[in-house]
Amino acid sequence: MRRTIALAFAASTLLLSGCKPLEPWVKPYERERLADPIMALERDPVSGSYLDHVFELREGARGAMGSAGGGCGCN
Amino acid sequence: MQLTAQSRTTGHLRRGAVGALLALACAFAGPWVAAPAAAGVLPEDRADLLYHRYEGDRVVVDGPSLLVRKKFADKVSVVANYYLDMVSSASIDVLSTASPYTDERRQMSLGLDYLRGKTTYSIGHIDGNESDYLAKTTYLGISQDMFGDLTTISLGYRRGMNDVFRNIKDPPTGAKQRDPTFAQEMDTRAWSASLTQVLTRDLIGVLSYELVTDEGYLNNPYRQFRYADPTAPRGFSYAPELYPRTKTSNSAAARLKYSLPWWRASVDGTYRYYTDTWGVAAQTVQLGYTQPAFGNWIFDARYRYYTQDAADFYRDLFPRRNTLNFQGRDKELATYVGHTIGVGATWQFRVGRLPWLERGTVNLRYDYMMVSYDDFRDVLAGGRAGTEPMFELDASVIQFFVSAWF
Repeated sequence: MRRTIALAFAASTLLLSGCKPLEPWVKPYERERLADPIMALERDPVSGSYLDHVFELREGARGAMGSAGGGCGCN
Repeated sequence: MQLTAQSRTTGHLRRGAVGALLALACAFAGPWVAAPAAAGVLPEDRADLLYHRYEGDRVVVDGPSLLVRKKFADKVSVVANYYLDMVSSASIDVLSTASPYTDERRQMSLGLDYLRGKTTYSIGHIDGNESDYLAKTTYLGISQDMFGDLTTISLGYRRGMNDVFRNIKDPPTGAKQRDPTFAQEMDTRAWSASLTQVLTRDLIGVLSYELVTDEGYLNNPYRQFRYADPTAPRGFSYAPELYPRTKTSNSAAARLKYSLPWWRASVDGTYRYYTDTWGVAAQTVQLGYTQPAFGNWIFDARYRYYTQDAADFYRDLFPRRNTLNFQGRDKELATYVGHTIGVGATWQFRVGRLPWLERGTVNLRYDYMMVSYDDFRDVLAGGRAGTEPMFELDASVIQFFVSAWF
């Protein structure tokens, strides 16, 4: 019985130790490269939206890859 | 908060810079011209004036687009866009069964982002107007920053209500007018989710998913399919297409963007898988490279590969007029492979005499599309039905735009 309790205590301690707040693994002072404008996923929305619109018209697929516009009868 | 090109070279990050990065990142999964802001920071104030031109398959579409985004009290950001397409078309679809036409499409949108803590709420409306198509789209979005601003989760919903009409020529005058006997409706609902994640000090990743469902009149009211007809001179005749009245699509994408460690440049790659209830399955691969140079210049190069399988009810030539319940010959539902290569150049400037203008850019972008169809034949090339050469599409896409941050 004592052995079971000890095992349960050890297991719960291990589990609880994993519940501490998640520490950011990239510190704010390490984000210099990420803040560079050339790392923006969409540097110019007006241009990216237009190009996504063109691809959406020429391709059967749609969604998940860029801007979805309003309805269009473009065919 | 504005990002500047100097932020890296000075080695000092301005406060919230990564938040702004994530704001831009969320544009990846956001709706047209109104990308929801990342939680914790609103997008930059800016204005863009764009001229766009598409030319391919005897179709020319050009026009302007004006976008303005402005913050108020660091809590609300408003974005407005005016977009115009001027269409002149003599495409293979048009020449096969009709005559060339011109048309215009105007689209206006207004969006609002509201920032509260690390959460941003977005709402907007898009209004599209064509002579034979009216579209009203409303969207909602929410973005949440978490885990030390390394993670942003965005959810979106979009509802579109569209009215479909058909233009005909007035017999006495030849003028274009709406067919009074034809009016249809089509509704769209879309749900999207994305996860933007800072993975390392020089790598960011995005996972996106979108489900779109359409209901109503999904045909093109003008397009026709062709079927074998031994009594016709060329061995085929045309009949109006018939599409299902519902369509649901699923698409999922993964993207990585990486800052090169050796010199100031970035590379990115995207993969998307798409499938829908019409039987279309597609894959997209996109690669990009961005290289600053000469102090004030940024150069971009990109490549996009696209391939898809045909819809279940697509045929280039149906054996009979009534072969299937649904019958279509839209080349965008065919089997094909597309390659697009693109280049771009951006020149950055500042004007000392205009203190309100933080910076500006002049941009030129060019993309060249090459599409090879496996089962869509060029009927304009002549010959017996089913023996014509496969159709190929080459198109140029030009964008010239000026941007200002203020």
